[in-house]
Amino acid sequence: MAEERRPKQCTVVLPTESMKAMAESIGVGQLQEESCAALSEEVSYRIKEIAQDALKFMHHGKRCKLTTSDIDYALKLKNVEPLYGFQSQEFIPFRFASGGGRELHFYEEKEVDLSDIINTPLPRVPLDVSLKAHWLSIEGVQPAIPENPPPAPKEQQKTESTEPLKAVKPGQEEEGSTQKGQGATSAEAKGKKDGLMRMKPRSTHELSVEQQLYYKEITEACVGSCEAKRAEALQSIATDPGLYQMLPRFSTFISEGVRVNVVQNNLALLIYLMRMVKALMDNPTLYLEKYLHELIPAVVTCIVSKQLCLRPDVDNHWALRDFAARLMAQSCKTFSTTTNNIQSRITKTFTKSWLDDKTQWTTRYGCIAGLSELGPDVIKTLILPRLTVEGARIKAVSDGPVVSNIDKIGADHVQNLLLKHCASVIAKACPLPDNVEQYRADYGYLGPMLCSHVVKARAQAALQAQQVNRTTLTITQPRPTLTVSQSGIGGSGGSRTPSIIKVPSSLTLMSTRPGTPTQPSPPATKYIVMATSSGSSSTQQVITRTSSSVTSTVASATSTLQPLVKLESGGSRPLQKYIVVSLPSSSSLESKSGVLPPSSSTSPILLEARIKVDCSDSPGASTQSPH
Amino acid sequence: MAAVQDGQLNLEVEKDIKTEITNDGSGNINANSSSPGSTSSGGKSKSPAGSGEDQQTLLAVLQFLKRNKLTESVDILRREAGLSADADDSPVSESAGAGSGGVPSVGADGGDANSLLSRVSIATPVAPPATAPPKVVAASGGEDQPDVNVVLSAYSQQGDPVLYPLYYNGLKKFIESVLDCHRAELSQVFYPLFVHMYLELVYNNHENEAKQFFEKFSGDQECYYEEDLRILSSMSKKEHMKGNETMLDFRTSKFVLRISRDSYQLLKRHLQERQNNQIWNIIQEHLYIDIFDGMPRSKSQIDAMSGSLAGEGKRDANKAKVFYGLLKEPEIEVPLDDEDEEAENEEGKPKKKKPKKDSMGSKSKKQDPNAPQQTRIPLPELKDSDKLDKIMNMKEATKKIRLGPDNLPSICFYSFLNAYQGLTAVDFTDDSSLIAGGFADSTVRVWSVTPKKLRRVKSAADLSNIDKESDDVLERIMDEKTASESKILYGHSGPVYGISFSPDRNYLLSSSEDGTVRLWSLQTFTCLVGYKGHNYPVWDTQFSPYGYYFISGGHDRVARLWATDHYQPLRMFAGHLADITCTLFHPNSNYVATGSADRTIRLWDVLTGNCVRILTGHKGPIHSLAFSPNGKFMASGATDGRVLLWDVGHGLMVGELKGHTDTIYALKFSRDGEILASGSMDNTVKLWDTLKAFDDVELDDFTAATGHIHLPENSQELLLGTYMTKSTPVIHLHFTRRNLLLAAGAYNP
Repeated sequence: MAEERRPKQCTVVLPTESMKAMAESIGVGQLQEESCAALSEEVSYRIKEIAQDALKFMHHGKRCKLTTSDIDYALKLKNVEPLYGFQSQEFIPFRFASGGGRELHFYEEKEVDLSDIINTPLPRVPLDVSLKAHWLSIEGVQPAIPENPPPAPKEQQKTESTEPLKAVKPGQEEEGSTQKGQGATSAEAKGKKDGLMRMKPRSTHELSVEQQLYYKEITEACVGSCEAKRAEALQSIATDPGLYQMLPRFSTFISEGVRVNVVQNNLALLIYLMRMVKALMDNPTLYLEKYLHELIPAVVTCIVSKQLCLRPDVDNHWALRDFAARLMAQSCKTFSTTTNNIQSRITKTFTKSWLDDKTQWTTRYGCIAGLSELGPDVIKTLILPRLTVEGARIKAVSDGPVVSNIDKIGADHVQNLLLKHCASVIAKACPLPDNVEQYRADYGYLGPMLCSHVVKARAQAALQAQQVNRTTLTITQPRPTLTVSQSGIGGSGGSRTPSIIKVPSSLTLMSTRPGTPTQPSPPATKYIVMATSSGSSSTQQVITRTSSSVTSTVASATSTLQPLVKLESGGSRPLQKYIVVSLPSSSSLESKSGVLPPSSSTSPILLEARIKVDCSDSPGASTQSPH
Repeated sequence: MAAVQDGQLNLEVEKDIKTEITNDGSGNINANSSSPGSTSSGGKSKSPAGSGEDQQTLLAVLQFLKRNKLTESVDILRREAGLSADADDSPVSESAGAGSGGVPSVGADGGDANSLLSRVSIATPVAPPATAPPKVVAASGGEDQPDVNVVLSAYSQQGDPVLYPLYYNGLKKFIESVLDCHRAELSQVFYPLFVHMYLELVYNNHENEAKQFFEKFSGDQECYYEEDLRILSSMSKKEHMKGNETMLDFRTSKFVLRISRDSYQLLKRHLQERQNNQIWNIIQEHLYIDIFDGMPRSKSQIDAMSGSLAGEGKRDANKAKVFYGLLKEPEIEVPLDDEDEEAENEEGKPKKKKPKKDSMGSKSKKQDPNAPQQTRIPLPELKDSDKLDKIMNMKEATKKIRLGPDNLPSICFYSFLNAYQGLTAVDFTDDSSLIAGGFADSTVRVWSVTPKKLRRVKSAADLSNIDKESDDVLERIMDEKTASESKILYGHSGPVYGISFSPDRNYLLSSSEDGTVRLWSLQTFTCLVGYKGHNYPVWDTQFSPYGYYFISGGHDRVARLWATDHYQPLRMFAGHLADITCTLFHPNSNYVATGSADRTIRLWDVLTGNCVRILTGHKGPIHSLAFSPNGKFMASGATDGRVLLWDVGHGLMVGELKGHTDTIYALKFSRDGEILASGSMDNTVKLWDTLKAFDDVELDDFTAATGHIHLPENSQELLLGTYMTKSTPVIHLHFTRRNLLLAAGAYNP
């Protein structure tokens, strides 16, 4: 008996002060300390009793979260009138206040202006319940589709990359015995069956035919000419959970692609490839660390390469450099550790080429962009001290004798870049007032311009400070653009047609056949997030904040199906804009058709897969047979 | 096998030390405290022997009446009870007489009796002031809640509260010092003793002592009693005991322990030597010790069976014969009419064109000796449509996939989107064409998962225009305009916790928090009947596999058997000590199984209404039940995350499947019974090899007779697969007729 001492059973009672406060609230002034104690004990007991009953309702409601309605029902069970008005979906926002030697927790009931309520547009009608089917397992193997959890969690990929010998062969986990809580024990248990194989170092580079098809389609779409398809493909890369086996291919694809296209000065393709990198980094289920040796050189190339396009004077290769620099900063943030020292190595590389006098303006721009994206600290220590030197160089180009036009443009861009990044840092670091002469003395040629930028930055900061209390993310114009393209389903009793899809439909294996479980699900709507070029003074900090919030928006968009939503961060002057675009729903099937084109019964493998499915009776088929 | 059930009842059987101890105690107490002989003191001092309990209640009532000057009533009561006007002392003298009668028989133990007397006399000075108030309460509150007080009054006997920890510790030391083989068995005594000692302390207003006692010893209790201990710990005042259900459970039911004779003798001897009559009283009054001859059980054996609110089931409770076999077609002689009856589980009939693959049960054509008589309970006659369905069923069954460890079923998962945590129940029709969901917003929704839309029958006016002779009349009565993929049924006024399709797919049952069970027509999509009988939430309801009957169970702890055409229940199955959380019909419709929050499963005979099995072993409220298709086995899942397998015929636990980490809400056997699928709150579906699980159990006569089974620790070998969903708890599972597994749950982003 008594294997281990359990934590002490709770004998907590409410403080007597609460009793007093409650008594006062109903007009009982002087309550004896004794009666308070008696009351609090009684009240605590009753509360516990009700909580226990409420738990019962929670269990029968098949939830893990106790809701206010559970408590209402528990009260009803005891013949007590329920508490009306506590209808909180999430949590009850109790507020805390203290004063006069007392501490209070209270439920804040705000005064609401009726006209406000009348004038605000009605909230969207909550989406109706709908049913959606997918394959959790096909003959004992869990398919890697978005509806299923990722076959190999990120932690596992990490352990695999760090301890390759302990790794498990991916095909075996798909049989389902591994998942977080239970991995070790069941793995041991299953060891009898496949223990021998597990000891072998794994080879991840076998791709199934479907995966090969998928890889082909995705890569083609990514570098192809159709923008819609590309967006689709990038979305797939950024969200699909089962990609980790293809990761080596993707990374090779990108690095080779950059190598070739830099030589050929194909700016468009380089941009596409960088967007692929971004998508890969955005995918929460991928663990990229093993492939950084291929990805980082590719990204750095896009930042600092002397020439990225055929006509450097016209094409906007600067945007690519900015974008790649941001990617670089992001990967530094994510992957830099004390062992790989990515950030310091990158910083060193940038600084070295920047310091070189012979470096061209393009590369110079890239170096500075790369450095300044790494954060205000880097700017302060590495860029600010060199402003004078750089200013002199720019002056030499702009004031000097006519050199090539390209140099002039380059110098111009560098100047703008420096002003943009440095101003905000200086605004934060230097004390007021902004004296032009002082700036000239400190920063030379760039001083006066810097000064005006700093003044602007300060003004903007002040503006933001005013709005700081407001939520950072204001969702404007929630236009319900839920296009119900579902055909043939009549309105069910006047209610809205169920038309909800959170995850892209992926029952492609079955969806081509009639009478399969896909049937109640309408076509999927997809969302991509595109970052438009950042505004004038975005510091690293701001970027990270906004980008993180955007990822969360994406998650919520996929889960709760936000309609076309425009997100703006900051106040009147957007620092960086993220636009969530909803794609035509019809295309989702197409993207999936990368895996299995619905029309194609040409591929023999495909056919085989179908036949296999046919054998394993589908729920619809079972009901079809009554002829 | 002797059962120590009650002091008075077993006086003849167990005429040994036990009676001496009690009667000594009572005699002594009475000798000491009743000497004033006044009415009031006679009422106050209660005889622990309990023989005068009725008398005392009467006396208390008399006192109450007297105090309220209801002299006439007093007279009437006196007359009727046969008490003389000064009979107040008579119970005392009676019991004293019994006590003195007991003393001579002590014989050799006379010396001990003296020491006992001295101890009691030490204790008694403390007792009277403490006992006085409870009596008054019992008397005055008697009108409101007689049950509670009768129940509680048993606690008014008591000793010195300070000595309670000593007693308990003494017993603990003793049990720790006994031989290993007995220790595990005797340790079972701890928990009920602890509970009752604590309650006694609380009842007698020794709040601080009770708290100390609790703190000191609650840590020693088995971890699976934690839930109850938490409830106990919050109960620190006598007022709390009134109306507390858990408390009542402890009191109204005797905690059942199974102890081998040797161990029992050991305990008895110890208590006798130590004169520990406090503990002995509790054991006698509140415990039922089921004594068996043979080897003491091991710790693991005990742990497997214990955990329920009231100890293990008595062995007698599981002795009744259960006809677990399946029904055959009613009359074999009648060829065509009934040939499809039970088609799924029968061998192919001569008339069938293709011989069926024999299913797991592989029934012979003879009557299964374990099957109940065909007419044991009246079953509805088969309609033509039912027969068609049976034929369909058979055809499907021939295409059934043989499952096994090497041939796992595919799982199709139905996610309920945008349910906002409101999905509370799901059911599939047997042919998997419809799916129904019960929701917290009181609605019931029905979806068609085939291309066939749901249509309503036309209105009466339109129906009268239809040519009734036409061949497609069934088609014509449907209103095409109402065709839709899903329908919503409104009517309940609380969350819908249970839902069940009738086997013929014409009806749907739903049970709700509002205390009603509703029957819906799936032809008109309207509510036909609201069955009112439960006053509290109805947690589950289930149609019989033959239709017509259904069972419901809920918070009122009573399961009710209904027929669809009766507005009152046909049977009420009472016995559970806490909420009935799930209900299930046996495949032969002659029995129902109910799982409860008291952590037991009971099997009830539909015909007699008797409880024929009490199955203990779960450590948490049971939330799912499943019968194997051959009716021989049952699986149950609970909040403790374990699946237990039971042999229905023997009433034995035959397996334990560990692996889930949260409540198991769904269990289902495959159509042939080879695979058990379990779905849980932990977002997984697991498949288990039940064929192997049942094979591994060796059932010899001894284990069958005693119920002491060694469970093999083979959960991991039996686990065939784990399938994780994406944050979607699995709340229902269903095997299609072709053995495709359907699962359902609500996506919780």
